[in-house]
Amino acid sequence: MSARPPLPSPSGSLRFILRMAWRDSRASRRKLLLFSLSIVLGVAALVAIGSVGENLRTAIDKEARGLLGADLEVSSRSKLTPEAQTFLDALGGKQAREVSFPSMVVFPSAEGQTRLVTLRGMEGAYPFYGSFLTDPPEAAGRVAAGEPVVVLEETLLSQFGLKPGDPVKLGTGTFAVAGGLKKIPGDSTGLTAMSPRVILSMNQLETAGLLGAGSLVRHRAFFQFPEGFDVERQVRDLKTRFRELNLNTDTVAERKRGLGRAVESVDAFLSLVGFIALFLGAIGVASAMHVYVRQKLTTVAVLRCLGASAWQGFAVYLVQGLGIGIAGATVGTTLGVALQQALPWVAKRWLPFEVDFAISWPQVGQGFLAGVVICVLFTLIPLLAVRRVTPLTALRSSLGEGTGRPDPLRWLLWLAIAGAVTAFAIQQTPRWQVGVGFTVALLLAFAVLTTLARLTAWAARKFFPSRAPYVWRQGVANLHRPQNRTVLLLLSLGLGTFLIVTMALTRATLLAQISGTGSGERPNLLFFDIQNDQITELEKALKSEAASLLAKAPIVTMKLSRYKDRPIAEVAKDKSLNLPAWTLRREYRSTFRSTLTTTEKVTSGTFTGKVEAGTEPIPVSLEQGLAKEMQLSLGDLLEFDVQGVPLKAQVTSLREVEWRRMEPNFFFLFPEGVLEGAPNFYIAATRAGNAADSARIQQAVVTALPNVSAIDLGLVLETLDQIFSRVQLVVQLMALFTVFTGVIVLAGAVLGGRFQRLRETVLLRTLGASRRQLVWIQLVEYGILGLLGAAVGCGLAVIANAALARWVFQTAPVFEPLTLGLATLAVTAITLFTGWLANRSIMDHPPLEILREET
Amino acid sequence: MIDQTMLQVEGLTKSYPSAHREALTVLKAVDFSLSAGASLAIVGPSGSGKTTLLGLCAGLDRPSSGTVSIAGTSIGGLTEDQRAAVRNAHVGFVFQNFQLIPTLTALENVMVPLELRGENGPAREAEALALLERVGLGERSDHYPIQLSGGEQQRVALARAFINQPKILFCDEPTGNLDGDTAHRIVDLIFGLNREKGTTLVLVTHDAELAARCGRTLRLKNGMVVPEAAPSA
Repeated sequence: MSARPPLPSPSGSLRFILRMAWRDSRASRRKLLLFSLSIVLGVAALVAIGSVGENLRTAIDKEARGLLGADLEVSSRSKLTPEAQTFLDALGGKQAREVSFPSMVVFPSAEGQTRLVTLRGMEGAYPFYGSFLTDPPEAAGRVAAGEPVVVLEETLLSQFGLKPGDPVKLGTGTFAVAGGLKKIPGDSTGLTAMSPRVILSMNQLETAGLLGAGSLVRHRAFFQFPEGFDVERQVRDLKTRFRELNLNTDTVAERKRGLGRAVESVDAFLSLVGFIALFLGAIGVASAMHVYVRQKLTTVAVLRCLGASAWQGFAVYLVQGLGIGIAGATVGTTLGVALQQALPWVAKRWLPFEVDFAISWPQVGQGFLAGVVICVLFTLIPLLAVRRVTPLTALRSSLGEGTGRPDPLRWLLWLAIAGAVTAFAIQQTPRWQVGVGFTVALLLAFAVLTTLARLTAWAARKFFPSRAPYVWRQGVANLHRPQNRTVLLLLSLGLGTFLIVTMALTRATLLAQISGTGSGERPNLLFFDIQNDQITELEKALKSEAASLLAKAPIVTMKLSRYKDRPIAEVAKDKSLNLPAWTLRREYRSTFRSTLTTTEKVTSGTFTGKVEAGTEPIPVSLEQGLAKEMQLSLGDLLEFDVQGVPLKAQVTSLREVEWRRMEPNFFFLFPEGVLEGAPNFYIAATRAGNAADSARIQQAVVTALPNVSAIDLGLVLETLDQIFSRVQLVVQLMALFTVFTGVIVLAGAVLGGRFQRLRETVLLRTLGASRRQLVWIQLVEYGILGLLGAAVGCGLAVIANAALARWVFQTAPVFEPLTLGLATLAVTAITLFTGWLANRSIMDHPPLEILREET
Repeated sequence: MIDQTMLQVEGLTKSYPSAHREALTVLKAVDFSLSAGASLAIVGPSGSGKTTLLGLCAGLDRPSSGTVSIAGTSIGGLTEDQRAAVRNAHVGFVFQNFQLIPTLTALENVMVPLELRGENGPAREAEALALLERVGLGERSDHYPIQLSGGEQQRVALARAFINQPKILFCDEPTGNLDGDTAHRIVDLIFGLNREKGTTLVLVTHDAELAARCGRTLRLKNGMVVPEAAPSA
């Protein structure tokens, strides 16, 4: 009797596995490489986005002080009281001051055109850190020296064709343009797109007579403390005092946190979109591997006959799967690094600080690892079957993968995939709930697309007329026959189309929402900061340009002093209430009138339009969104401080307000009879027929009333469109990664499944099918797949857009048949072209030759 | 000389469960044994259970009942991987459709059983080359299966079957896919190598002439052994 032979040693076994994996891939390396391309774009997106995010975070750390320009910024919405001034002086260190507010500027050299800008009057040595850069460089120094000059945002210079020396009218003063603003700490250029900055010295601002007239003035004091001084602690210790004096603070650490959060959010969003491309690519790899592995079952069976263990047979193909992952991730990483190197070129203009776009190796490593892990996890799904190949298959090829018993490892694998996706999403997003939400949303989208795909296959089998022409029947049959690609292609094409079309529709919805408000007879030009005694003059100025005052509202500024009978300071400290701090501290600009406008309607309670003088508490109407935030309901009592005078009020009605309509709208609406005597100013609206009319009206108003500012709806639209275009560009780029991944997956699926279709094509050829017929069969199959993928993607996009419009933007969704039609056409065309490209060699070569090559 | 039993089969039965009727039994209580160096032809009409019996004897499948021992090792209680190790150590295979691995050259195909044991290197490669020489394919060692004719492929399969010096060789219709002349050459090789290496031979065939060259014949019908007179030779 001989002893049972030992199992092969691990090292010998590993050598065999590696060698066999390499040799076995000989005939399929091109095919395997194509499979690996599926994950390239996903990995590239992750690496590029991760690296840029890392670069931004490093830049924020490095330039944090330069971002604020000081160690501490103290700001106030009202002029500093002597008490506040004494308090600030006692803080020590060096101080600089700034006053900023919106104002109109007139450009006499540009035919007197006007523009709403943010004026920044500076005094002192600000910025203490970072630099105030201008073109020409000496312009900054001229402002600091108090010369009668201004530095203008560079966009203004190019928009109005200005050059140094040209005059600029601000209020009653005329200044010379000293140069263009390149960079100054304090704001990001993105935020100033709506209202470009104009910088001049504080004393020059005073001479223009603008200071003090406006109500939207922001006063800022900047501090520089000696090195080593603990600013954070100082601010923490004096928190109550700052609050009592109505002073807001911003420190370097806070600014860093804020910016960091913003970068994290954008980074997370883009990473997740990039991850969808990777996920999709991995599904593509899995699907291609499924077909590939089926062709290898006999080889595995023979190896098992010759003494290979189930693990060895499995490991040979696992190594190939790992190879695909590594190859794809390597190419993806290289592409990602190249993309990141190209980014400075695009992004630098939008960033408020210098960013050093260096390769971030941890991010590169992370992207690479994500690519390999996700790819291998998905590859394992089809590979698990290899473990179950019975050696008997070598004797009877019909046996295939062996038993049909459920495989517990398969469930474990799905759990691992769900775990990996969730872990990645949680790691990318600032809050774990968002990560879990992403995974759930992804699963839902996949479930919807998969269900639709299965329904399509089922419907194709069930309902397609059996008397249709042969090529049609054959093409449609390909949708439901074994090894069909319906689910895979609908998933990839549908998801890509969905992302891109959602972006386009959301953009259209938002723009329509804003432009819709300007249509017909609605106001499209808004004036604010009109003093009580200027309203008749404004009407006169408008009349001179054949425009009329369509709406006006008096505005009284007030602050909350008591909330439900408790002092506001006490309420603010009570964390259990969980009230947003801004609702308690903000300066409310309220109005009084006897009727409701067309932009608002009462949803509960009764609106009181008029009261007798001395009525207490005063019945007020509250906007329902704010009521929810402040946990206020009908009957609740409030007390306002109207510039020193206490005013008791009671919420007697709640209103729904259409905020996005360009008309004066308010949180609190008071009845007539109470606030008439309080210091107030006006906000007014008119309508201009076209851009030229708008310019003329603005010019007339600014000339007559220099302190009055105007917002032109056309300009707002244009600016929003610009911002949206940039955002859309980035998101569309990411979505395109998904669509191109879909195209690669499609090509991979076509090539991978070619072997199955090959015998059929050869048989059809032998039976006399013409090239034309074969091409038509393909056209029908890919045409239907492309059309369905696009249609499902568009359908989902319409639903997503409707949901976003309803719940996020609170407007009516826009339905754009042209966008949907174009998207459907484009996706179908891409699908047809890819299918034709991948299959064309089958058509052009003798059948036997192809069979040999494919073996 | 001590009579060493190389293959011992006792009460071998294989049935497949069926959802709608009683289990389908394709092999019923087969008993036989084979000593070292002996040869056995399993014959019978299509569907009689020949290939099932071969698969069970080689440990490629598990019986419903009964036992199989190869070279003294009962393979019934072994795991799949232990049975694979038994095959690698003691068993050689020749299939009707050759079953060469299409992505490996002739030489690499022959080397697979050795490499599975972690044995390679120039000496082992020389052995494989010598075997290829022995089957007349020394010049074709770097050719892929697709570049070889059916007869040549089967000769490579034979070299692969003998490379691990198996104690027992299982052949499933080894000439089923070959023309008459080629089939003769292959059969001569099988029996020649069998004699040279002292291998035990189990062969499934439809070919009466080929069966006649074996020491014993086991005739199957409907999964059962049909008694047959012992050959005179």
